[in-house]
Amino acid sequence: MQTLDMNDIDLRAVNATLQGATGNDTEFEVLNLRGSHAVAVGLDAPIDVTLHGSAGYYCAGMNKQAKITVKGSVGPGAAENMMSGEVIVNGDASQYAGATGHGGLLVIKGNASSRCGISMKGIDIVVGGNIGHMSAFMAQKGNLVVLGDAGDALGDSLYEARLFVRGSVKSLGADCVEKEMRPEHLDLLADLLSRAGMDAKPKEFRRYGSARELYHFKVDNAGAY
Amino acid sequence: MQVKLFSHMSESTALLRDRMENTMCGIVGLFLKQENLRPRLGDMLTDMLITMTDRGPDSAGIAIYGDEMDGLKVTVQSDDATSAFDGLQDELTERLGTSVPVRVLDTHAIITLSRDKRDEGLACLEERGLRIMGVGDAMEIFKEVGLPKDVADRFGIRAMQGSHGIGHTRMATESAVTTLGAHPFSTADDQCLVHNGSLSNHNQMRRRLARDGFVTKTENDTEVGAAYISSRIAKGDTLGEALEGTLKDLDGFFTFVMGTKNGFGVVRDPIACKPAVMAETDDYVAFASEYRAFADLPGIDTARIWEPEPATVYFWER
Repeated sequence: MQTLDMNDIDLRAVNATLQGATGNDTEFEVLNLRGSHAVAVGLDAPIDVTLHGSAGYYCAGMNKQAKITVKGSVGPGAAENMMSGEVIVNGDASQYAGATGHGGLLVIKGNASSRCGISMKGIDIVVGGNIGHMSAFMAQKGNLVVLGDAGDALGDSLYEARLFVRGSVKSLGADCVEKEMRPEHLDLLADLLSRAGMDAKPKEFRRYGSARELYHFKVDNAGAY
Repeated sequence: MQVKLFSHMSESTALLRDRMENTMCGIVGLFLKQENLRPRLGDMLTDMLITMTDRGPDSAGIAIYGDEMDGLKVTVQSDDATSAFDGLQDELTERLGTSVPVRVLDTHAIITLSRDKRDEGLACLEERGLRIMGVGDAMEIFKEVGLPKDVADRFGIRAMQGSHGIGHTRMATESAVTTLGAHPFSTADDQCLVHNGSLSNHNQMRRRLARDGFVTKTENDTEVGAAYISSRIAKGDTLGEALEGTLKDLDGFFTFVMGTKNGFGVVRDPIACKPAVMAETDDYVAFASEYRAFADLPGIDTARIWEPEPATVYFWER
């Protein structure tokens, strides 16, 4: 285990060390983050990184392969554009967590605020608490699982991402509808919950998805432009 | 009718816009629940403010609710402080026929007027061309163009004590980089506001408030926000009710932190793209644009930390 203390070394050195990790060193911990921005970004190796403390903007962005655990909360844009790997946040996440992610798993044990999973493209996101408004806006692919409640306009302009919510949904966005929970969805959900280490029963969730009414331009709507 | 938003705004523009807005201005606030930290208020707020320099390096300001004096504290500012404050104390004392203490701090001065000489005193100050930044029993306001660290040093804010305070680091978007464009804005006794965001109906609201007698001094949108809240409080609203009103009557982006003589309030617009985080312990309630500003606060590791909900009013009063 290699320890990187941000009281002694700066952010660039921390990221350079993590980005340059090869073969032998596979476990890292970062201390004294003090809310720094862009910690542990752009990693591309199967390493295990633990961040002790709360991080600021864009924590664990553009991750590939690495497993990054944050023992605190994260600011806006956490785990943006993840390709693969795993990001686990023990606390809360601010706006647009997991935005545009193509793959991998993002687990937020606390709450996520607005725009969680905006434009997600294949990432799986599991939130232990609630999510804020406009979550999964234009989400194209992947799964968003919420054990708590969802805010306004969930899944607005949704494409093919699947949304599973256990609690209440304040309102659904344009073209987002509740859909039947079929056996394959229960299986999928059970797998996601187990991978995220969440204790919840798939049957308690409702599934939401795209009504696919907005996929093509309708000439009747021409007046709106 | 449902229309896919994609047609109006591409996702990348939406994210980029979010990001640009997120980097404009930093705000901080600290409200002490116990007396023990009172001597450290200025020190704690200064650290919080300096940490927010990245968000707003062009000007900075702070309002401190300090010791109440035997009289009304008036904060004035002048760009030409050396000559403007020269002989001020003697002139005021002579004209008002009573002793008028004047405490000069760089470009600002705190003048303590006896309450029955308020109008006369304020008229004297304006005649001398001094800008009145704020008036109150407890509130003092210091704001200038420059890096937050330099601004805090010039006024010796670190050494100030008090019950609560709010601060702002500015990256101007809606009006010029000037002392008067810096926050906090005070539009009534002991009331002041800091703002991260930009209001879009401020001109219309400015005219409406002026008709009601709440005249603003600048072209700045935040001053309109402050005047709106002050006008509601003047009509009998509580701080909470006045902040609730901003959600209905003000259009645009805002995270507001408001100080009153005994209170401290926070509200974010319903879209809430301006960042905000709060921390509470038995000793204090703190607000900041980013968690970084909390890193040095005592007991922060065990504090309750949360992101204030959109369109939700939070306030504390003692």
